[in-house]
Amino acid sequence: MMYGISQLAYLVASALFIFALHWMNTPSTARKGVYAGVAGTAIAVVVTWADPAVIHHWWIVLAIVAGFVVGIPLAMVPLTAVPQRTALSHAFGGLAAGLVGTAEYYLWLLEGPEHLTTFRMVAIIAEIILGYLTFTGSLMAAGKLQEVKWVPQRPVTYPLQNLSNLSLFGVALALAVALTLHPTARWAPALFGAIIVLALLFGVLLIIPIGGADMPTVIAILNSYAGLSAVAMGFVLDNKLLITAGALDGSSGLILAIIMCKAMNRSFTNVLFGAFGQVRQAADEGGERKVYKSETVEGAAQVLEQASFVVIIPGYGMAVAQAQHKVRELYDQLKKRGITVKFAIHPVAGRMPGHMNVLLAEADIPYTDLVEMDEINPDMPQVDVALVVGANDVVNPAARTDKNSPIYGMPIIDADKARSVFAIKRSKNPGFAGIDNELYFADRTWMLFGDAKAVIGELVKQLAGGSGMH
Amino acid sequence: MDIWATLYVFVLASFIGLGVIRRVSRLLHTPLMSITNAMSAIAVVGSIIVTGGDYPLRIRILGAIALFASMTNIVSGFLITDRMLKMFKTGDKRGDGGRS
Repeated sequence: MMYGISQLAYLVASALFIFALHWMNTPSTARKGVYAGVAGTAIAVVVTWADPAVIHHWWIVLAIVAGFVVGIPLAMVPLTAVPQRTALSHAFGGLAAGLVGTAEYYLWLLEGPEHLTTFRMVAIIAEIILGYLTFTGSLMAAGKLQEVKWVPQRPVTYPLQNLSNLSLFGVALALAVALTLHPTARWAPALFGAIIVLALLFGVLLIIPIGGADMPTVIAILNSYAGLSAVAMGFVLDNKLLITAGALDGSSGLILAIIMCKAMNRSFTNVLFGAFGQVRQAADEGGERKVYKSETVEGAAQVLEQASFVVIIPGYGMAVAQAQHKVRELYDQLKKRGITVKFAIHPVAGRMPGHMNVLLAEADIPYTDLVEMDEINPDMPQVDVALVVGANDVVNPAARTDKNSPIYGMPIIDADKARSVFAIKRSKNPGFAGIDNELYFADRTWMLFGDAKAVIGELVKQLAGGSGMH
Repeated sequence: MDIWATLYVFVLASFIGLGVIRRVSRLLHTPLMSITNAMSAIAVVGSIIVTGGDYPLRIRILGAIALFASMTNIVSGFLITDRMLKMFKTGDKRGDGGRS
């Protein structure tokens, strides 16, 4: 009886989760998706808690309260910090899977070794390897994104890196096979511990060679791992709700990772094992220094006023400078003059999928004015002014023309085809990737040097002060 | 347990996931990531059993930590998703008092 009720509840929860994702296909229904997700989770938690096998209720209450105490502040972070919050939540997901897997193994080892079938062992080992490597890998990613002092920001590379990583993974697999064949041997618990240590280590090693520009892909891959570790937990516990939810999470991470890779014209293996940093430093050598043409804010404001179609291209620099609210003021000033303003969003702009959209939505810019790269590019030749705010690689024409460039082949927003280009840039140094951007030296490009927030603030002041004077 | 039935569920759920998520608006990829993360924290049901069951203390401690981690993801995941989604507005409903 109890079994039937809980299975029915899990089935309902699975259906609610699928509806939740279905409603995410447009912003107008998306909030309904959140309610469906919450309802599904609540039903499953209540039914599981009501199971007669659960007797230590205070422990559960305590852990749940602690979850609220930490979870609520984590949901209130500024939206510029959403990538690291997301990475942190992947870490928590991985940790939970790893710990439950560990608990189940030792439990069965103590109380009923006959439960440790080959299938279960494979599932448990998949669960702990995926769980623990997602845990440390995501912590590293969160540390890089948060720019924690002792986590190296630049990609860390050393000779034979891939080979040593792969052999480490090979060792873990060999131990896993041995453990699966002899799950109850005297040395088995020690082996289990060794696999955990290797998985923790592997997570760190997997992330240290990865640079900031690749973070969107890496976060998506870690998302997928976190989902798969939940699937493995579902196999261990024979719980179909866990399998369903984990599979949904896993496929979501996979699709996002594929989109990110396509948007950079790179493969999974290239992102994970490519050690991008090295290639890029080599590509930076040689060549005479070209000259930028810089423009004053006054001049830029005048050109903007004369325009009838302006496209703003945001990048990670906008997030760093927290410039989205100033950008919105600029948007308002331009709109007031009857100028068409659109935002061109590159899929990998920022540090996670969809990062720019969320920041601009926060600044109250209607999402109908946020346009994807593929849709805006055909219109770029008609654009009077392309304003680049803290974006770099995603507008670099070298991706189209320079076969030696590390970003060659990556689809870009065709800012260079606009009638004129203004690019806001913090300093005269090459960007994050360490490569020169030809766009900045083009005939129709003028640079506005300074902090994005400050420069746009000045532009707004010019436009506000100048309005009605002509 | 029926291994084959669970594998069926996994494969079919993955196909549903691929089909449904392919159609999610690109605008919402960040909220998508946070909502799927909150949903996969349904792994909390596993840790409830481990924490609350009649098991040795060290096992229940592992369960309680896992329960805490999953609960954090559920709470922060759904809250932040809703917070982000609230911000997505169309042009006509925007702002307070029609500044545009």
